[in-house]
Amino acid sequence: MRESIIMKIHYGTALAAVALVAVHILMRLTQGFAESLEYDSVITNYKFLPYAGMLEIILILLSIHGFNGLRVILLELKQGRTYEKVVSYGCVIAMIALIAYGSRTIIMVNTGMI
Amino acid sequence: MTNQDENKEGIGGMINPRRYGIERVAYLLMRLSGLGLLAYFIAHIYETSSILKGQIGWNEFLAITQTNAGHAILAIVIAMCVFHTVNGIRVMLGHGGIGVGKPARPDYPYAPASQNIRHKMGIYSAIILAAIAMMYGLAVMFGE
Repeated sequence: MRESIIMKIHYGTALAAVALVAVHILMRLTQGFAESLEYDSVITNYKFLPYAGMLEIILILLSIHGFNGLRVILLELKQGRTYEKVVSYGCVIAMIALIAYGSRTIIMVNTGMI
Repeated sequence: MTNQDENKEGIGGMINPRRYGIERVAYLLMRLSGLGLLAYFIAHIYETSSILKGQIGWNEFLAITQTNAGHAILAIVIAMCVFHTVNGIRVMLGHGGIGVGKPARPDYPYAPASQNIRHKMGIYSAIILAAIAMMYGLAVMFGE
């Protein structure tokens, strides 16, 4: 994929994540910081499908943005055909692994598997 | 023939904030905050997965984060998040050609048009807003 397209994705995911993370943080402040982190409150949040969906979208957006950012930093440090391939594929694999791990939590709690 | 690698400073060159003004400091802070936020994000995903262990597992993990050190780390994360966001928007605008000035013939003293007062104000605003957000976060966390 061309770097110009990757950077557009990088900026797009950033802008979308800013808006959604703001909602995520505001949810913590609606009922008091400590109360919002209580077990029952967190379970209620996860079971509310629109909120769980938003968490999933945040997870995907931030994983793409974060690991592409890491890839950019690592490619600034050093260049080379093999190195660039290892870094790029490594970041994609790490991104997929993190999305899978985070999705597992969201899906299991949302569907009442715990 | 000179070895090209002699001009490559590696991580030392990347983390050196001197020589190029506040823009270079912003470049460094952007990367440091990005790496810090990625580390926090991964830790946060791992932390929230403890809810799968039930109420006891969740409360045990929460107890680790709900300490003075945990709150201090979260305050730093808030600062990094705000700086990264505000400076990121500045960088995006710059890449889009907004606020970088008009192209002109390079004349002495060769001041880059893109490194103008608008972008410097953007960087200082990002730092100030990050500090304010961190103080607010500390007030919320320690106020309870």
